[in-house]
Amino acid sequence: MPNLGWKCGKAAYVTVVALGFGFLILPLLVIIPLSFNVEPYFTFTEGMLRLDGDAYSLRWYRSILENPEWRAAIGNSFFIGFFAAALATVLGTLAAMGLSHPKFPFRELVSAFVISPMVTPVIIVAVGVFFFYSAIGLGQTRLGLILAHAMLGAPFVVITVSATLAGFDHTLLRAAASLGAGPLTAFRRIQLPIIAPGVFTGALFAFAASFDEVVIVLFLGGVDQRTIPRQMWSGIREEISPTILAIATLLIAFAIMVLLAVELLQKRGKKIHEGK
Amino acid sequence: MNLRGQGNGLGQRIIPVGLVLPLVAFILVTFVIPLATMVVQSIHDPEVADAFPRTLALLADWEDSDLPSPDVYEAMAVELVLSRENRSIGKVATRVNRIESGTRSVFAKTARRLEGADTTDMPAAMIQIDTRWGDVALWRAISEAGQRYTARHYLQSIDLERGLDGGIRSVSEDRRIYNTLYLRTVYVSLAVTLLCFLIGYPIAFAISSVSDSLAKILLVIVLVPFWTSLLVRTTSWLVLLQNQGVINDILVWIGLVDDGSRLALVHNMTGTLIAMTHVLLPFMILPLYAVMRSIPPVYMRAAASLGANPLQAFARVYFPQSLPGVSAGCLLVFILSLGYYITPALVGGAKGQLISNMIAYHIQTSLNWGLAAAISVVVLLGVFVCYFLFDRWVGIDKLKLG
Repeated sequence: MPNLGWKCGKAAYVTVVALGFGFLILPLLVIIPLSFNVEPYFTFTEGMLRLDGDAYSLRWYRSILENPEWRAAIGNSFFIGFFAAALATVLGTLAAMGLSHPKFPFRELVSAFVISPMVTPVIIVAVGVFFFYSAIGLGQTRLGLILAHAMLGAPFVVITVSATLAGFDHTLLRAAASLGAGPLTAFRRIQLPIIAPGVFTGALFAFAASFDEVVIVLFLGGVDQRTIPRQMWSGIREEISPTILAIATLLIAFAIMVLLAVELLQKRGKKIHEGK
Repeated sequence: MNLRGQGNGLGQRIIPVGLVLPLVAFILVTFVIPLATMVVQSIHDPEVADAFPRTLALLADWEDSDLPSPDVYEAMAVELVLSRENRSIGKVATRVNRIESGTRSVFAKTARRLEGADTTDMPAAMIQIDTRWGDVALWRAISEAGQRYTARHYLQSIDLERGLDGGIRSVSEDRRIYNTLYLRTVYVSLAVTLLCFLIGYPIAFAISSVSDSLAKILLVIVLVPFWTSLLVRTTSWLVLLQNQGVINDILVWIGLVDDGSRLALVHNMTGTLIAMTHVLLPFMILPLYAVMRSIPPVYMRAAASLGANPLQAFARVYFPQSLPGVSAGCLLVFILSLGYYITPALVGGAKGQLISNMIAYHIQTSLNWGLAAAISVVVLLGVFVCYFLFDRWVGIDKLKLG
């Protein structure tokens, strides 16, 4: 029997949940229109609220394209992200395949070891990376950042690929071998199609981890290795301009694309698992 | 046939290990060795020992109540000039200065004036160049800085120092920084964890209790911030919370706040708390949702049919089953908060700084790398303790992300 108190409780619960969702998403939604502000302000002008076309412009987007520092940062982010993700994906996929083997010795311990970079606070990883990489001449190089970012990204690949391999029937590989397939053929024709969605998901995670990383770039990178987040960092600290909002809007669009890609991959992964 | 079977048996052990080996080696070189380097950096400080080997050897037998003997001065003079020639004198001066402040300029000045000078009374000559050569404190500092392996950085990282008698004591009150910062970091992390739990639990519950199609849309609202760059989210809070920002504008517009007395929401602790809660909220929601999704709704219905009101059913039946998700989410958020740097640095202002900001300061600005390493090791130990306790109480295998 729903009474008044119960109704009030339910209304309060719905309000709390709605506020929570608003808290999550509104801060991101608010900066999208602000990035089209014709004035160099970080708040809505009266013209914007009247939906006056003249109050909006693409000038901050143009200023990204016209600024060589931003262009270099975008190039660096994609370059470092791509190679870091590629390295993490190859190493992580191989390791996940090995770890999935039923007879793998000390599996728990080895898994924990290869995942440890993910569960260590980045500031501490960055301090260690700064000391060691500088000492061996990798300071202020793209290679140093690629290696460090690949190390941060590899655990994600291990986790996603391991998830697709859970429940993989290893007798299939033996069956393939008994039918005359070499280990490589068996891998390519049997195991790879099954783990492909996990590999791509892991690669996206690894790329995103590198794309978003800024502490290691701050400590280890030089002027020539500035990435997008690094450039945003100095933009915020030195002279904050609405260009930051334009780049932020582009990054939100990018995040949504990555999210959609991961969803699609997971759907495919499920289909393969169900044998469709 | 038999031969082939044996080959496979061997392959079954070697191939999996061979597949994992490259990553293990990679993590070893790119992650473990750097952390080991950090630990070494925190206790190994060879600059002064390398620059003044003879002086330090002579100082080893020195009773530190009196000034050292003239041959110590002679050795010091020779090594000062040498150190100036091979340009290590700046680093040496910095290190001694950290122990006895105000002594930085003494070294370069003395080395410059001593070069080519010829004197029979070295102690008098040096004291004439700078009176601090006649001060026991400077010699004590040199002797202390000359220790190749030292616990100095660790003492300093927890606001301790070695007193004149060699005993360990707290530093004077005005120089105590680090213990306050550790505590503040723990408090902020606890507060952020609690806020994330209070906001995240109803959200995860809502997603797991609605229809599949609505759940998908709601999940997107959680995942978009999760995938969006940390810098973007921090920027948006900066824009929203600043004095002339959207939130203050709205508060003024609806008349809640006077235009002259806009709220200070950013560059202080409030800003740090709001932005960190927003950034870490998905790390609470996703593990919670993963657990809640697997709680069968029949239990709640069974409780209801046995006469429990919805609140009782929730408290006695549902909540206990969601505890693994609660603990996993809390651990993740707490540990991530402990090492948070970017968000406090950008929205925290002076009052909202955490221990990680101190680490970055010593790496980038003061260049006191030994101290930065020691603080990092202290934080890392704290993180280890958290994982250890979590494993004892909950089991680390419960830790999953969606």
